[in-house]
Amino acid sequence: MDSGFVLIAEQTVSISVPFFLAALGGVICERAGVVNIALEGIMLNGAFCQVLVTYWTGNPWLGLLAATAGGVLTVLPHAVASIKFRVNQIVSGLAINLGAVGITKFFLKIVFDSSSNSERIVGISALNIPILSKIPIIREIVSNPLILIAIGLFVVIQIFLFKTKWGLRLRAAGESAEASVSVGINVVKIRYFACLASGVLAGLAGAWLALSQHQFTDGMSGGRGYIALAAVIFGRWKPNGVLIASLIFGFAEALQIGLQSAGIEIPTQFVQMIPYLVTIIVLAGFVGRARPPADDGKPYEPA
Amino acid sequence: MTEHKIKFLKNFVSPASAILGAFLVGSVFIIAIGKNPFYIYGILFSRTLGSSYGFGQVLFKATPLILAALGIAFAFHGGLFNIGANGQIYIGAFACAWAGFTFSRFPGFVLFPVVVLASVLGGGFWGWIAGVLKARRGAHEVITTIMLNFIALALCNWLVSAKYHVPETVHTASVPPSVWLPRFSDISQSFAGSAVNLSFFIALICAVLIWWVLYKSPVGYAIRAQGFNPEAAKTYGIKAPRVSILTMTAAGALSGLVGTNFILGYKHYFEQGFAGGTGFMAIAVALLGRNHPFGIVLAGILFGILDFGGLAINAYVPKELVEILQAIIIIFVIVGESCFDGIVKNLMKKEKAGEKTNG
Repeated sequence: MDSGFVLIAEQTVSISVPFFLAALGGVICERAGVVNIALEGIMLNGAFCQVLVTYWTGNPWLGLLAATAGGVLTVLPHAVASIKFRVNQIVSGLAINLGAVGITKFFLKIVFDSSSNSERIVGISALNIPILSKIPIIREIVSNPLILIAIGLFVVIQIFLFKTKWGLRLRAAGESAEASVSVGINVVKIRYFACLASGVLAGLAGAWLALSQHQFTDGMSGGRGYIALAAVIFGRWKPNGVLIASLIFGFAEALQIGLQSAGIEIPTQFVQMIPYLVTIIVLAGFVGRARPPADDGKPYEPA
Repeated sequence: MTEHKIKFLKNFVSPASAILGAFLVGSVFIIAIGKNPFYIYGILFSRTLGSSYGFGQVLFKATPLILAALGIAFAFHGGLFNIGANGQIYIGAFACAWAGFTFSRFPGFVLFPVVVLASVLGGGFWGWIAGVLKARRGAHEVITTIMLNFIALALCNWLVSAKYHVPETVHTASVPPSVWLPRFSDISQSFAGSAVNLSFFIALICAVLIWWVLYKSPVGYAIRAQGFNPEAAKTYGIKAPRVSILTMTAAGALSGLVGTNFILGYKHYFEQGFAGGTGFMAIAVALLGRNHPFGIVLAGILFGILDFGGLAINAYVPKELVEILQAIIIIFVIVGESCFDGIVKNLMKKEKAGEKTNG
């Protein structure tokens, strides 16, 4: 028998994963100086690609590959517009989000002949690791290959950003593009890299949604890309901060579901507000101040 | 190159080529699913512009876009980017409906100003929050307005589902008929069936008003100065925090007026999720209209054509084609603007160089 606590803890993990993956993408992108509010749209397209390719091939791993590719393709217009054409990054991000809603529904109707959901797809089978797979909470983590991938990516990105010279250059590009260029850093290349990396990560976040629901449903990203954006700010543009932020947001949702099934009614809407409220509170400096990278969102113009 | 020529290219040629380009890319999608783009676009335009009913629907769809886009442009002139129109629309519309069914016993001539004021105050308050957070706490308005959108949506959903719903529905009680706005069809039978109503004229009046404030009044001058060059504006004694609060509140108030279209002119009650993504589409409308009130009216009508045209072509291609078109238009407009600025800069340089060698 699992106690309510275990259930909520396990649910917290699975709700947090997509927030966390997408927010990691957001961290890389914004650290390099490109604001990416397209996370929502990338996620949606990622989920759709996951379903489409898994449906066609029957192989969820190929689907996963497609989800990352779809994520990269989705972020590409945003990257080119932001970096090469130096447009307003908020606007191009919004355009991507609007376009993703349209494009996924367009092809949902063409391929699956439905305006609400796709056919069902197979998931990625759970790993069975002796002993560990029997411990509550831990089993939720170690049995799911995608969570292991997420943890691996977290470690890699944390080390990359703060322990390697490439990470230093990436952060420099986001703090001061001009100064970076003057010491020979290729800001343009770094920013492209960062954008595409965020496409991979947010694409994976979408894949997670598709795999856990075993299908694509219309608009299934459901604002999670924006919660990820909130997690980036709440986590102060750091991978470990983002991890904690995602877990907190996930916990709030899991708790609400748990309380509801226990017969204690808290209006869902109030729980839904939590990530957005805390982000405003943090951003307004009521609890410490959140300071974005100095050149975040500023296009670099070669002289 | 004369000033006039540059202005003409920038304000008309550049947006027009963005629209054309988007339709070209859209035809790739149409061909990809084995349909004829000329046929599809033909239907899109004939069903929207070919009858009073169709055009009525276009104006009905354009009204909220124009109102919210005016607010976005107004804030933009002051240097602020209001992503929060959607939340402001919801709060304004809810306030409008709430005032209507709560004070339903008031006579119409009293209630009407009350409900309109409620929509303005509701939306204005939601915009004001972002303005104050920016002015007093330095919180970036883009992020706060995104967050406020979700908070507004959740709040309204709660109010409707837990507090004010009519049993078995997702909407509130109706506002009394004494405050319903007349529809065009009440005046001319040719508009029968279309929901277009007098709030379209509210939007037009707002456009003229915003134009006057921005370009003819000292307040507008201060706002534009602040947006154009904050440093210089400061030396002229223009107070940035005041501009932030004023423009965001006004932007929210304009978005709030969307309630007049939906509540007073169409359904007469507040319904969960009625606005969809109107507040975001309005950003595209403001952009395409180059943040000029009259440009916004034109851009709003174009997006109205696309919105209603989508329903018209739905029998042949998924109506989401227009959402794809709208997204592409946005990208092309901003990329086009950037290219255009580069071209003009180059031409100016060449002309200057030419003048030097000649003189």
